[in-house]
Amino acid sequence: MMTQRTKFTVLQRLLHWTMAVCILAMLFIGVGMVSTIMPKYIPLLATHKTLGIVILVLALIRLGVRLYYGAPPLPEDLPEPMKLAAHLSHYAFYVLMIGMPLLGWAMLSAGAYPIVLYGGLRLPAILPQSDALHTLLWDAHFYLAFGFFALILMHVGAALFHLLVLRDGVFASMAPLPANADPAAGE
Amino acid sequence: MTDRPSSQATLAGLALIAATLAAGAAAFAYVGGWLSPHRLTPTKLVDALAPPSGPSLGHRRNHAKGICFTGVFNANGNGAELSRASAFAPGEYPALGRLNLGTANADAADATVRVRGMGLQITTPDGAVWRMAMIDPPMFPVATPEAFYELLRVPQSKKPDAMKDFAAAHPEFATFAAWAGSAPWTASYAEEPYHGLDAFILVDRSGAERVVRWSLLPQAQVVPITDDALAKLGPNYLEQEIVQRVAKAPQQWVMALTLANAGDSTSNPSVPWPEGRRVVEVGTLVVNKIEAERDGPCRDINFDPTILPDGIRVSDDPFLAARSSAYAKSYDLRTSEVKYYPYQQPAPAGSRP
Repeated sequence: MMTQRTKFTVLQRLLHWTMAVCILAMLFIGVGMVSTIMPKYIPLLATHKTLGIVILVLALIRLGVRLYYGAPPLPEDLPEPMKLAAHLSHYAFYVLMIGMPLLGWAMLSAGAYPIVLYGGLRLPAILPQSDALHTLLWDAHFYLAFGFFALILMHVGAALFHLLVLRDGVFASMAPLPANADPAAGE
Repeated sequence: MTDRPSSQATLAGLALIAATLAAGAAAFAYVGGWLSPHRLTPTKLVDALAPPSGPSLGHRRNHAKGICFTGVFNANGNGAELSRASAFAPGEYPALGRLNLGTANADAADATVRVRGMGLQITTPDGAVWRMAMIDPPMFPVATPEAFYELLRVPQSKKPDAMKDFAAAHPEFATFAAWAGSAPWTASYAEEPYHGLDAFILVDRSGAERVVRWSLLPQAQVVPITDDALAKLGPNYLEQEIVQRVAKAPQQWVMALTLANAGDSTSNPSVPWPEGRRVVEVGTLVVNKIEAERDGPCRDINFDPTILPDGIRVSDDPFLAARSSAYAKSYDLRTSEVKYYPYQQPAPAGSRP
């Protein structure tokens, strides 16, 4: 079977949609927890740390899967700037999916905080305590979170643009359900 | 491959996309509090602590004046029946802490500050970390974090009777005011008890849970003194005194757990539990070295009382989350302000240690 795939593999789609839920939850928990003093702060913080590590593990698996299976090609008639934007945004996603949990982990390490996840699992510090690093990492973690959310909005906008306006099968390539009703799937 | 829709369908699609993105952004803004200006955020709470002259940059936003100590926690094993936390197993565990004054002003004179505190960290060989932040009054001034925020804002009020109004609205404040007015002062950090005030839940090996509050009770002889007499000893006497005292002999506090009876409030640290509760002494904190905060080991530690080992967990006391979030904000701020409180800078002659 040398024909080019038009869709991501089931494993890739499963990872994509699982991580989509995790990452959105993560960003909402993040902005919610840093703006509250209510009792929910404590479970939100614990969830944020635990989910961050889950996302890191999933992102590394996903990177391996992506390198192994690759991605279906974009439609040939897609304008070059859109192709470029698609490629760059996907690099940005991988950088953020792997980088944000590492930044958070490093930030807590630089703050001399013990890092304890749900279930009592303790992670080692990956940096020594440092005021300067803590500040740098905190800023990076904070501002990149907004960048991440903006990227997700762009990604959702682009996906819906493919689905609703271009109708070119790009959305179907990562659709959560088998798109047997999709005339553009081309399978 | 492409199936171009009509321009009408394109417009509908674009409108749907715009609505989806707008809803997403609005939800994010709502959760982040940007649409809720009245939400009590850790930033507001921390800002409210600042004196009119502004915060002590580079320092903790409250309990800003303090000094580091190190020592050991000698657990006698009595706590092991109550909690599976490894710090209660018989043994000697490294302790690190900070004796401090309950003020936002890092340069406050000792006799101007009624409340003293202790931050403490106990680590066990399994890697568990237990942090505490305790104060010497046996009750917290108010019942809720919201009331504490109101209390902090009283001095900024333009109403002449703001304090009276506050006290009337928060009757629990009278208990604290009575303590502040009548409890003897001492001329030593070593002569003070330090109370956790918030309730915690101990979990034993069988999973059974018990609600406790803890205190560190001084083993030094308590010598009452008036605040006037303390003022005459100098603005930084407490730090000088503890340096000298510990240099002569280690100082000790017994850690006592008080178990709640059925019906005792677990969520309100302004209400001391009545006498007659079961008290279990679980060990002794031995302080054997004092170091100035500037380069001391306590400086970079956030004594967040929700950092707990397995076997201890938070109760429904709302101050625990409020303190955790505000302490984190204070830590984020002070670590970004290190240039105002640099390390290893020779102190000017005549300043406090």
